[in-house]
Amino acid sequence: MRDVTRVAFLGGIYSNYLALEAAIREAKKRGVDQIWALGDFGAFGPHPNRSVEILREHDIPAIQGNYEESLSTNAEDCHCGYTDPRDNHYAQISYDYTFENTASAYKAWMGTLPKHARLELDGQRLLLCHGSPRTINEFLWRSNTPTPFIERMLVEHDTDLVVCTHTGIHWERRDDRGRGVVNVGALGRPANDGRTNVWFAILTGQGGRVDVEFVPVAYDHHRLAREMSDEGLPDEFVETIETGWWTTCLEILPAKERAQGRY
Amino acid sequence: MSQLVQIRPLMPAEGTFPTVPMNALDTLWFQVAGTICNLECTHCFISCSPQNHAHEMMTLEQVLTYLDEAKQLGVREYYFTGGEPLMNKSIYEMFEASLAQGPTSFLTNGVLIKDKVAERLKALSDASDYSFDVRISIDGYSAADNDPIRGAGTYDRILAGIEALANVGLNPVITVTEVCGDAATRAGRTRFLDFLKKIGLSQPRLKILPLLRMGAEEHRERGYHRWESLAGAHLSKDELSALQCSSCRIACASGVYVCPILIDAPGARMGDTLASTLRSFPLEYQACFTCHAEGLSCAT
Repeated sequence: MRDVTRVAFLGGIYSNYLALEAAIREAKKRGVDQIWALGDFGAFGPHPNRSVEILREHDIPAIQGNYEESLSTNAEDCHCGYTDPRDNHYAQISYDYTFENTASAYKAWMGTLPKHARLELDGQRLLLCHGSPRTINEFLWRSNTPTPFIERMLVEHDTDLVVCTHTGIHWERRDDRGRGVVNVGALGRPANDGRTNVWFAILTGQGGRVDVEFVPVAYDHHRLAREMSDEGLPDEFVETIETGWWTTCLEILPAKERAQGRY
Repeated sequence: MSQLVQIRPLMPAEGTFPTVPMNALDTLWFQVAGTICNLECTHCFISCSPQNHAHEMMTLEQVLTYLDEAKQLGVREYYFTGGEPLMNKSIYEMFEASLAQGPTSFLTNGVLIKDKVAERLKALSDASDYSFDVRISIDGYSAADNDPIRGAGTYDRILAGIEALANVGLNPVITVTEVCGDAATRAGRTRFLDFLKKIGLSQPRLKILPLLRMGAEEHRERGYHRWESLAGAHLSKDELSALQCSSCRIACASGVYVCPILIDAPGARMGDTLASTLRSFPLEYQACFTCHAEGLSCAT
């Protein structure tokens, strides 16, 4: 277990290498001791190798998401965990493109990454995972992750704080002692709020508890949108980058999160 | 209908069966209206009707007791079903208690959702930090499709219920069974989503359910064929974990059963408390075949 005091956590990157570069710059500017990536480096966006190269160039420690698990095992789909046919249709387009355009050596590297990691932040024990501690593709949304369930999860996995991503929307739910869940959001696409920026999180250990800051990241989203179009990725994906509203993979959203979006 | 359908206990099929483990109690159902319903749908797998008292309504005290135990066990989500949950006189207190500790859904035929009811449901939703889902069943694109299944005049009343919810800003999940001809196909699904947009749901949410060949459905179209069972089957760990019974239980007035589908099976009653039911269960009922073969989950 490593002992650090200020750590940036990057959620799903989804091949948004422009946002990844911007986030790393921002995290370094804010003086973090370490940057972690929580999986799903590819998907959705263009040129999946670029995000991997940036992560490796900056020596960023990382855990696997469902994409890394699928890509490194030559799986036929992303195992995103969607249940709706339309969601799965777009997920498959995204996965097929990413699979085809990810270098074999990078796929092999993804297979060497762990599925979990543990850190200690000023005495608080952190468990890093992609979806949830028990399942790589479990969706932990704010409105369907209640306190009693979180308490069970912390006991079962012997930790104080679960740090995860996978849903694409950042949130936290913690008790008076700061124990709970922090979903760091995603760099890959906006948070379905009509804004084009994306998000990551900085956790700071302070006086025995952890402070959480969600950091908005502006980047050249017009450029990303252009590159996605040039690569033949669906117009629906491009629209999300341009508008900040999700157009696909919507059926998995619980009622409250769905009501906050346009579609 | 009620004269024709004989309510009888559901019995296991013959053979040797795989056993599903209880991985984690994530989902707790409440058979809150028992088998008592204001409608008598001809495909109802537990033959609910105004006269069917095989399972009685749950009391508020019963629900609160199970909610309390569920909190200790770290349950993730709650579902209320029946029968028609809105016929339970304590239903709003039950929703309020449930929404205080987790995301909550209820399954309704929608015909009792008038403006006042919709407003009350919206207020409950707004007051909770967790998602509150109303799930309404309909069986077709028109009264001609729906009413032979759900009862004369129900189509218009269901649409009125959906409209009342949409008017207050609640977006129900619409459930359709495969009785509705093409609903399970890709084209049918698109057609249904368009239909839902047309009737006022700007973000249509749709769940298609396979038919369970038991209860009233046995008399409508057919019962299970003999070969439709998991006798002799070997299911992998992943296949077993995909079954809802590996992570759910249902509380009824008469005790806790393995899942919402098997409440008419005396052998599916697993205990009086939730904790006493956290053990494996043999997949010896023909409905278990549907869950496995069709990937059926009663949850949304």
